[in-house]
Amino acid sequence: MNHLPQAWGRPRDNVYGTYDASYLQPRLPQTHTQSPIVTGTSVLAVKFKDGIVIAADNLASYGSLARFTDVKRLRPFNSRSIVGIGGDVSDMQYLDRLLNSLDVTENYSSTGHSLNAKNLHTYLSKVMYKRRSDINPLWNQMLVAGLDGNDEPFLSSVDLLGTTFSSPTLATGFGAHLAQPLLRKLSDDESKVADFTREKAVEAVRECMKVLFYRDARSLDRYSIAVVTKESGVELKEDEHLEGQSWAFAETIRGYGRTQEV
Amino acid sequence: MTSIGTGYDLQNSVFSPDGRNFQVEYAVKAVENGGTCIGIRCKDGVVLAVEKIINSKLLKPGANKKIATVDRNVGIVSSGLIPDGRHFVSRARDEAASWRSTYKAPIPLAALAGRLGGYVQAYTLYSSVRPFGVTAIVGGWDSEGELGVDGQVGTGPTVGAGGKIAGTKAGGPALYMIEPSGSYWGYYGAATGKGRQTAKSELEKLDLSSGSLSLEAGVKEAARIIYVAHEDSKDKEFELEMSWISSMDGPTKGRHQEVPKDILEEAERLAKKAMEGDDEEETTAPEGETMEE
Repeated sequence: MNHLPQAWGRPRDNVYGTYDASYLQPRLPQTHTQSPIVTGTSVLAVKFKDGIVIAADNLASYGSLARFTDVKRLRPFNSRSIVGIGGDVSDMQYLDRLLNSLDVTENYSSTGHSLNAKNLHTYLSKVMYKRRSDINPLWNQMLVAGLDGNDEPFLSSVDLLGTTFSSPTLATGFGAHLAQPLLRKLSDDESKVADFTREKAVEAVRECMKVLFYRDARSLDRYSIAVVTKESGVELKEDEHLEGQSWAFAETIRGYGRTQEV
Repeated sequence: MTSIGTGYDLQNSVFSPDGRNFQVEYAVKAVENGGTCIGIRCKDGVVLAVEKIINSKLLKPGANKKIATVDRNVGIVSSGLIPDGRHFVSRARDEAASWRSTYKAPIPLAALAGRLGGYVQAYTLYSSVRPFGVTAIVGGWDSEGELGVDGQVGTGPTVGAGGKIAGTKAGGPALYMIEPSGSYWGYYGAATGKGRQTAKSELEKLDLSSGSLSLEAGVKEAARIIYVAHEDSKDKEFELEMSWISSMDGPTKGRHQEVPKDILEEAERLAKKAMEGDDEEETTAPEGETMEE
């Protein structure tokens, strides 16, 4: 007799032949998000003397299809902080609702204290790390821009692994490869921030958005840009257009603007 | 009270032969001794005000708030047992959050009042619980504007009605009062607590149903009414706490907030001035309900 529990109640192999195991439904391991579906591309942010400028285009791509062209990827949290989100758009919407409910519960008491950008970044990093530890990550990389507890400009990043990173200039997605080096040329150290003006910072970010539109096939010339300063809080513009585009360079590149070898 | 000794007041969920639930009535008695709370539904917002009796000089002024915020656009103030009021508010917050997680939008005031009424009523049904010792005033503003769904990131198609009916009016001020029995009504002006009789007669004078009282005037009236209602318990010190919710283009942008300090102080100053004027006439405030003992 077969004493193995898996054989109990089954026809005996020596009488009926071996059991055809293909009738059993093997249980697959439980899986979560393996890859993002509808995605947003880069978010750029630069710290300047009195604040932060942050930008992201208004595109949500479905693979290589430019599916939604009016998607607001800069999500203001309160008057002193804003979050720019790249990666999966449905996860971004979840995060937006999460931050919304956080804001509601934070305002139950009227003590006048509200979460600053630094608190917000810590909160988001814990959320992201918890989700990656559950092997169920939120497929995003976020830049948190705003003012910290001392009303100083604050800029930091958190990604789908819960990794946090901070720098005077930050970029996610394709921008991390294309825009980050350009921005670092202008401001690569905290010491440079002091003489980096708002105008220069906004100009730098706009230029980088243009470079990204030239080179990133998942980008759009409609974008949102926000400036956070101590004086005026979050100033968000959600329907900007890339001005002064020049596609002359494309002529010189085979497979881009030029189709034939001359 | 005639009910004492009959045995019909020993348990919740038991009617007396003449159809009364005594435990609920006792809960109402607990409310009648609480600090006066009022709510005024103005044309462009709602004001909540409470007379906070100072029980000890050691309490920090301005601390221990009695008006609570639920979601962003709702405020609750209650008379009666303070811990019961806190639990009631906590339930209201849970209801508002659960509504959001289901419908991805803020809870309408009518729905919130309904859910809270149902919750309070359940505490009159079972012998294992006692009714709520509070009467709560729930005030808020349902957004009149087009609110996006929570988490919405774009505008969607620009053609077609999208299920919307053109020209319908949505939102506006809302004011409800929920009693220990679980019954709730919508009001133009609501008052509960010790000075409710005085407050109610003052509210009736305001002609609120005509919808002409502005929020700013409502704040001043609310402060005055709390001061008038306090006349009967003059020996006790009190603090005036007020909050308001305005329309989207008003001072609070549809949010429930404390009335700013300068406006509150101005309203208090006017209230005190009005009181001094009253003293000369030497009017007697209407007597509260007589307690049958």
